[in-house]
Amino acid sequence: MSSTTTFQLLTADGRALKAVLKKHKARRKRKAFLLVTPLLAFVIVGFCLPILDMLRRSTNNHIVEKTLPRTVLALKEWDAGGTTLPNEPAFASLAQDLVIAQHHRRATQLGQRLNYEFSGLASLFRRSGRHMEELVNEVRSTRGSYKETLIAFDARWGETDSWRVLKRFSDTLVADYYWAALDMRRDLRSNEVSLRPSKERIYLRLFGRTVVISLGITLATLLLGFPLALWIARLPSGQGNLLLVMVLLPFWTSLLVRTTSWIVLLQQQGVINDLLVAVGILSEEGRLRMIYNTTGTVIAMTHILLPFMVLPLYSVMKTISPSYMRAAVSLGAHPISAFWKVYFPSTVPGIGAGAIMVFILSIGYYITPELVGGRTGVFISNRIAYHISSSLNWGLAAALGVALLGFVIAIYWLYDKIVGIDNIRLG
Amino acid sequence: MSSPSPHFVSFEHVQKSYDGETLVVEDFDLAIERGEFLTLLGPSGSGKTTCLLMLAGFETPSAGQIRLDGKVLDNIPPHQRDIGLVFQNYALFPHMTVAENLAFPLKVRKLDKATIAQKVGDALAMVRLQGFEHRRPGQLSGGQQQRVAVARALIFDPKILLMDEPLSALDKNLRDQMQIEIRELHRTLGITVVYVTHDQSEAMTMSSRIVVFDEGTVQQVAVPSELYEKPQNAFVAQFVGENNCLQGTVERTQGKTCSVRLTSGENIEAENVDNNAKGKHVLVSLRPERVRLAANSADLKHCQNKVQGKLQEKIFLGDHMRARFFACDKEGFVVNLPNKEGIEHVKVAKEGQDMAIGWRTEDCRALGLPKPA
Repeated sequence: MSSTTTFQLLTADGRALKAVLKKHKARRKRKAFLLVTPLLAFVIVGFCLPILDMLRRSTNNHIVEKTLPRTVLALKEWDAGGTTLPNEPAFASLAQDLVIAQHHRRATQLGQRLNYEFSGLASLFRRSGRHMEELVNEVRSTRGSYKETLIAFDARWGETDSWRVLKRFSDTLVADYYWAALDMRRDLRSNEVSLRPSKERIYLRLFGRTVVISLGITLATLLLGFPLALWIARLPSGQGNLLLVMVLLPFWTSLLVRTTSWIVLLQQQGVINDLLVAVGILSEEGRLRMIYNTTGTVIAMTHILLPFMVLPLYSVMKTISPSYMRAAVSLGAHPISAFWKVYFPSTVPGIGAGAIMVFILSIGYYITPELVGGRTGVFISNRIAYHISSSLNWGLAAALGVALLGFVIAIYWLYDKIVGIDNIRLG
Repeated sequence: MSSPSPHFVSFEHVQKSYDGETLVVEDFDLAIERGEFLTLLGPSGSGKTTCLLMLAGFETPSAGQIRLDGKVLDNIPPHQRDIGLVFQNYALFPHMTVAENLAFPLKVRKLDKATIAQKVGDALAMVRLQGFEHRRPGQLSGGQQQRVAVARALIFDPKILLMDEPLSALDKNLRDQMQIEIRELHRTLGITVVYVTHDQSEAMTMSSRIVVFDEGTVQQVAVPSELYEKPQNAFVAQFVGENNCLQGTVERTQGKTCSVRLTSGENIEAENVDNNAKGKHVLVSLRPERVRLAANSADLKHCQNKVQGKLQEKIFLGDHMRARFFACDKEGFVVNLPNKEGIEHVKVAKEGQDMAIGWRTEDCRALGLPKPA
């Protein structure tokens, strides 16, 4: 320490060497950063921002406050837990808000949003929005009560539940999409969250199925991939490389082509069934259902994801010296026991890498289950796609997506805890 | 069927071919006695490792048979042969600790826990690695890994210990130290060792007997000193130790010696090793330390052979002096002189100076050429 303070090393032109080196290092760092800037920008725009937007959508609920600002204020004092209807000013505010909302064509939109939480509200808002201006004019001319006029127009305005929905969803930040994604329900009256009865649960069952099928696919790729990788790793490198290229070949074929070719093979009038019937193993009526169900999804996805298991296994096995097996055998172990006690443990990093890759890929898979999954072989991702493109419930889709993301991160964390992420080797 | 061999290990007419066309090992015959330290020495690809692997059971001879302790090994699978094997890369199991590695051969033999603990402790003491039980192989230095590998190969009291270039991955100092340790182990345990190496000095240091291999055939089997002093053919002479090789033709034979006319024209007297007949091309091998130097040839006493040489270069190496001459039409005729009294005239000699070079008949050997050139 003292030597560095007493002697200061200088460069040839008399500057402090330490400062010069530091400056030089900083410049190198800036250059390195410039090299990755395009990719960084791409990742932020194409990956990070969409994820943040998804997180925002899954909890965002500005629509009630924006469309019905006066009603939200008027309902502040109203007790949603009670049995009485809101007072006259609340009805007046609603009427006023709906006239403006209809003018901006937002009443129907609001109704659709609230319909996710309480069915029937879509039509109530559509109808009320269309006629509200007449109703307001009527009240003004007769100096009547908004409350009575609205209830007379549509009896649903006289039900406390309709108002409870408005009150409960006047918050700008709600977790209800998540409750829905986890098959839970917030009671409008007590505001308590509870699990739906088991026969009404959709998403938990779908999550469960996704996980179970993904585990099955992972296991299938491992059982098929391990012997293959073992064989290729033991071949001389020329033949081994040729076989590896053949393993990689599916990567160069369109995913759609591979999936549809499985349809051709597996469908009831398909190649395999025709063959089995022709040979006489199956009768014409007894044709197997191998596609548009779980079986189809498992078969097609196992085929598609197999390379992701074989490649890490192969690259790990390639590094295991054959002398380990020889050593174990020379020490007196039977070849089979030498394999299990010495060779197999050395392949665990490859198994880990392959398994986690196949599992995480398959848990979010979309195209193949969509095409061959039928009713029983679809995944949670297909449901997310449905909410994005068909039901247009983007909030719920976002919540399901976040739940899936959370699950994958949890798996990753668990794997790190049990096996250690450093143990993963891709080669 | 030949009668049971009295030797501990015997290779009988063993052949090995991988492709059915070329023989990697040709007609290998060898007897190894109990307690020997036998080294298989040869350049890479000479078949020495193949012989070791056939003994261990990882390669099957294409012909011939191998016996160990009176039993024919042909049909005994490698895991039942009770042969300890040490590999070049140690082959310690990376996912097991040192103690687990050592216990492995005992566990597969289903020994009880107390015995295993006892033996593992003894083995660690034997290679002076107490306290390293719970380390993984990756946390040990190369030398420590090698000691564990040796201990693991010995812990189940094998009949014989085979070592395949075990020290080639170590640096020179460590290699020298390990050579001494392995020799020490061999001496104290009295176990039979078959050792494979391509390093002739390693073979000389450690072995009680050396088998020199080249191109699948045994060139010579001898104790180290004999191998050095009396190489049987040109390959051995060149492979083991340093040599000046002079080509020539046999002019005349008398008893055990012969006169050789070198290609450079000089006539020299040499031991006739292969009973070479008159007119045969031979290689005369001459160890650099057996050569004497003088300012003129009259000063070379007791030397039957005298030639003139021009000093090209001299190197002072501390314990000895190394001089390179142009002599007998040959660049780099090497002479080694021990650094002691009587070499002052060489120390003062200048490069380019002519000197008289001489040696005795019994120090040079006329060897038949392996293939006619």
